[in-house]
Amino acid sequence: MTTTAFASFTPLEIPEAPVLVRARNGFSDVVTLTRRELLIWFRNPAYIFFTIVQPVMFVLLFRYVFGGAIPVHVRGGYVNFLMPGIIAQSAAFASFGTAISLARQLQKGVIDRFRAMPMARSAVLLGRLTADTLRLVVTVVVILAVGYAVGFRFEQGVGPAILMLVLGTLFGVTICTISAYVGLAIKDEESVGSFGLVWLFPLTFVSSAFVPVPTMPGWLQAFANNQPVTIVIEEMRSLALGGPLVLHAWQSVAWLVGIIAVFVPLAVRAYRRAT
Amino acid sequence: MTVTNQPSHWSGPAIVVEDVHKSFGDVRALCGIDLVVERGKVLGLLGPNGAGKTTAVKILTTLLRPDKGRALVEGRDVVGSPAAVREIIGLAGQSAAIQEELTGRENLEIMGRLYHLDPATRKQRGSELLERFDLIEAADRPVKGYSGGMQRRLDLALSLVSRPQVLFLDEPTTGLDPRSRLGMWDVIRELVAAGTSLLLTTQYLEEADALADEIVVIDHGRVIAAGTEQELKNRIGGDVLEFSVVERHRVAEAAKAVSDLSDTEPTLDEESGRISVRVGAGASQALVETVRALDSLGIQTEDLGIRRPSLDDVFLALTGHGAQEAPVTSGRGNRRSHNRAQTDAS
Repeated sequence: MTTTAFASFTPLEIPEAPVLVRARNGFSDVVTLTRRELLIWFRNPAYIFFTIVQPVMFVLLFRYVFGGAIPVHVRGGYVNFLMPGIIAQSAAFASFGTAISLARQLQKGVIDRFRAMPMARSAVLLGRLTADTLRLVVTVVVILAVGYAVGFRFEQGVGPAILMLVLGTLFGVTICTISAYVGLAIKDEESVGSFGLVWLFPLTFVSSAFVPVPTMPGWLQAFANNQPVTIVIEEMRSLALGGPLVLHAWQSVAWLVGIIAVFVPLAVRAYRRAT
Repeated sequence: MTVTNQPSHWSGPAIVVEDVHKSFGDVRALCGIDLVVERGKVLGLLGPNGAGKTTAVKILTTLLRPDKGRALVEGRDVVGSPAAVREIIGLAGQSAAIQEELTGRENLEIMGRLYHLDPATRKQRGSELLERFDLIEAADRPVKGYSGGMQRRLDLALSLVSRPQVLFLDEPTTGLDPRSRLGMWDVIRELVAAGTSLLLTTQYLEEADALADEIVVIDHGRVIAAGTEQELKNRIGGDVLEFSVVERHRVAEAAKAVSDLSDTEPTLDEESGRISVRVGAGASQALVETVRALDSLGIQTEDLGIRRPSLDDVFLALTGHGAQEAPVTSGRGNRRSHNRAQTDAS
């Protein structure tokens, strides 16, 4: 058998590239992977459907089908109540794509291939999240345009309106970090898909997104009032239509920061272990 | 890129693996393997599913850390300086890293960016590879529409964008039809002729035969044999002569008649009346003698022929069990190898 005198081989000492070079390369990797994800998005009609057509459909359904039956006490009526909620709900649902695509890439071996390349470990996750953020912005803008067409109006001027859109997008990105972890931990595309339904539907529907929470049974209100989706939506509503800003603002920030602080390390760990 | 441009002072083999162990929970995937791949040579890592081939590749490509032991790729320690290893290796395999929605050219372009090549080099390298792998016509079509063989070729092309010094191919032709497999072999041969060191894993002895300078057989995480194709064949007794006896009650008689052709006993399957015997290097002489001996006894045969030893034969000779079977020989395994032998003879 090949018994090599290993002692005769002294490993080469190869210094790591300087920090600046690594940072530049890392940045370039994130940009490349972001572009890659966006290109895939444009080429895939199913993705376009889920990120654009489906949210628009939701806007129209709730505006014209359910809206008339849901009494709200908001200036401008149900459409004004609806828009902040539907933006948050669509942003959360967009994270489906994150989970499914990470699981698929893991299964196919794409991620293994990337990990065997001289690439920053974080680039795959960061590229994914950057692409998802850009996609979210597109989704939010499209929903808003449709919303305006069916009667929605901001009541508080441009500044708060922009803040509302930023908050909606940040919320979506935050949910994406949960989805990234779910996708990397479960690893199976189909299970990820069905699991996504199980947690995303209750989380977004048992909130103030589509109906006022006081119309729910008492035990459900306790959950609906205190879960992050409602809190973020209430803040978005205040920004769009007027109302108390401060309390929900810091609660929103606390939730978003908390979720990111828990799920980013979990996702990174799952990514490191996944092979 | 600064790292790669430094002169490599390494004059040893392309890959050195010493006593590498790896377990996943209770499952011992590798139980101390040693390997050496000389620079510019091809090592075929041969073994059945679950033998530990992929684990070995994953350790050498820095995807997994060994529990124990050391591995150097061009002198770079896979545990100590994984980043330096990643700079000089290429990895391609059965699970294609290609992105289906994108075109072949786009896939190559993205790979070039990830290796931080400048735009001109990227473009040129992409075109070169497309041409070399016969993908020019399909270059601007989404990969989704490519045939299996084309996808594997593109996958291999992607792993070559950085001009790696050491290439790892993990079962590059598993699942391909015979024609595409031959196409892949040609491409791989060209690569090696150009000086790339290659570690190839495969379940097919013929593939290792066709491509490798040296073959290492692994089973249950251990190296059970190593050598050139010829050495391995000699070790398991060379070619195999096989035939079926028409009158089943004369099987034993026929086996006795051919038993002095080989140092090893003929194996016989009473049920099907099939006899196989290892005949070493003098296969055609053995064929003539067999026909003569059986004819003089008036024993009728079917499907008489010589075949090259299969992975099953190698495993049978080295471990006492077939490549696809559990150590306890099952009827199913027998039938399968029997079928294969018939196909080969026809």
